[in-house]
Amino acid sequence: MIPRLDNSAQDRLRDLAPQVLSVLLRRYRDFGGCEDAVQEALIAAATQWPARGVPDSPKGWLITVATRRLTDQIRSDTARRLREQLVVSLIPADEQIALAADAAGINERDETLDLYFMCCHSALSTASQVALTLRAVGGLTTGEIARAFFVPEATMAQRLTRAKQTIRSAGTAFPELTPSDRAVRLPAVLKVIYLIFNEGYTPSGDQLYRIDLSSEAIRVARLLAQLLPEDPEVGGLLALMLLTDARRAARTGPNGELIPLDEQVRSLWDQKRMTEGRQILQRALARGATGPYQIQAAVAALHDEASSTHETDWGQILALYELLLRFDDSPMARLSRVIALAMLDGPAAGLRALDGLESDPHFATSHRLDAVRAHLLERAGHRDEAIRHYRRAAQRTTSTPERNYLLLHAARLNEHGSPVVAP
Amino acid sequence: MKYMLMMNTPGSGPYQIASWPAEDIKAHIAFMMRFGKKLSAAGELVGAEGLSGPDQAKLVRAAANGEPITDGVFPESKEFLAGYWIVDVDTPQRAYAIAAEASAAPGPGGKPLNMAIEVRQVMTGPPADWTP
Repeated sequence: MIPRLDNSAQDRLRDLAPQVLSVLLRRYRDFGGCEDAVQEALIAAATQWPARGVPDSPKGWLITVATRRLTDQIRSDTARRLREQLVVSLIPADEQIALAADAAGINERDETLDLYFMCCHSALSTASQVALTLRAVGGLTTGEIARAFFVPEATMAQRLTRAKQTIRSAGTAFPELTPSDRAVRLPAVLKVIYLIFNEGYTPSGDQLYRIDLSSEAIRVARLLAQLLPEDPEVGGLLALMLLTDARRAARTGPNGELIPLDEQVRSLWDQKRMTEGRQILQRALARGATGPYQIQAAVAALHDEASSTHETDWGQILALYELLLRFDDSPMARLSRVIALAMLDGPAAGLRALDGLESDPHFATSHRLDAVRAHLLERAGHRDEAIRHYRRAAQRTTSTPERNYLLLHAARLNEHGSPVVAP
Repeated sequence: MKYMLMMNTPGSGPYQIASWPAEDIKAHIAFMMRFGKKLSAAGELVGAEGLSGPDQAKLVRAAANGEPITDGVFPESKEFLAGYWIVDVDTPQRAYAIAAEASAAPGPGGKPLNMAIEVRQVMTGPPADWTP
């Protein structure tokens, strides 16, 4: 049997990817070439370390191998002869002989951080931002990313190549960012990480060979939190993902069917994750700069603390959603507020509040409004209307597990609510 | 050789499964999950997708200026593609056998639906020894 790195060793290896890449970028500037070289060094490590042992300085080893790959690549590619001259000219004379493999610059932390910003460059499409972040920061292979999104590897490879070309043509090989630049761009980075998490959280398709995107998002957020330990929103996002992920095992049944919060077996929730999430959230909140991720994490924490839907502190959840709306007046935040309101003041109040969202164009083609309305109608005892809205929501959702859940719910309501079912 | 197995649903309204009893919906979903896992474990599954309902579908044509003109689907459509599998098998007979298994998916009352599955061979690139 070929020895393999165990999962935690692989995670540690991938954690080094952004650091190694930023060192290479500082020396050679060429994002596409450096990124490919780091990727090859990671693959070499994953195959060689199990047999030969982990080197004393894993990071130094990766830098040396990646540098060798980068120069090999440039030499072997005659069409890139010009670039070879460029690379050589970029390396100071003393470093051309022996690269100080593990020399930590003063700005190394900032440069690793800047990788996140580069991957989430505003010139890139969201899909490209996600793919590039997973590869350059997360250290995943193109094949792993492709399988995670159920697209052919060639498609993903092309998406990554085009993303790197876009970055090059945008003229931002490796921008020198000031702390205020970073503050402005941070929300885009957090959004991409949260997107990755949610993609993994939505159960779909064949899970067998799929990289666990939720765990990847958490890992990448942990790296970011190490780089920005003082940022409350980075902590908030990490806490939100941990507190949500803690419920994962209870969220789906044996056939991949969705189990809503109020029907979940709460003993299946991961207490360790919840504790960790709560601690991170408390530290973030203590810094006093509240933001949307901390607020959503606080909502998740309240759900995690309750022993049932009835025991949940809906008053506080409603207050938190009202606070969230001041930061982020999004349709989903408004809908979440209505759900909390209905839990607190009853379904009739919820249905009245829902009418106010009806005109929002965001919901015109979405199934969400129908699903919430169906639920509130059911609670208010309007069975037939509830069934109609459950079915309408089922028709509109594009998530198979969610459609199955909505269809089943409508069918059960249809059977149990009426004494005789027409043939 | 690869085959596309297309599952057609009658009519162009919402899927009929919406009006089935809960137990029958559950049995149908469990069957489809098992079926997919089995094809995958046998190394025969290339891909499979379910499509959202006909009522969400649009027909698109290019206008004279190349802009898309969208239209709802024809209400008189008798059959509508609900989803497909692509399988990689050694013989057409094997593709037909897989299609028959899908066709017998349980419907209302657990009775086999015996729905029509259209089986089409997927075209390939040029043969290896092809010379122009």
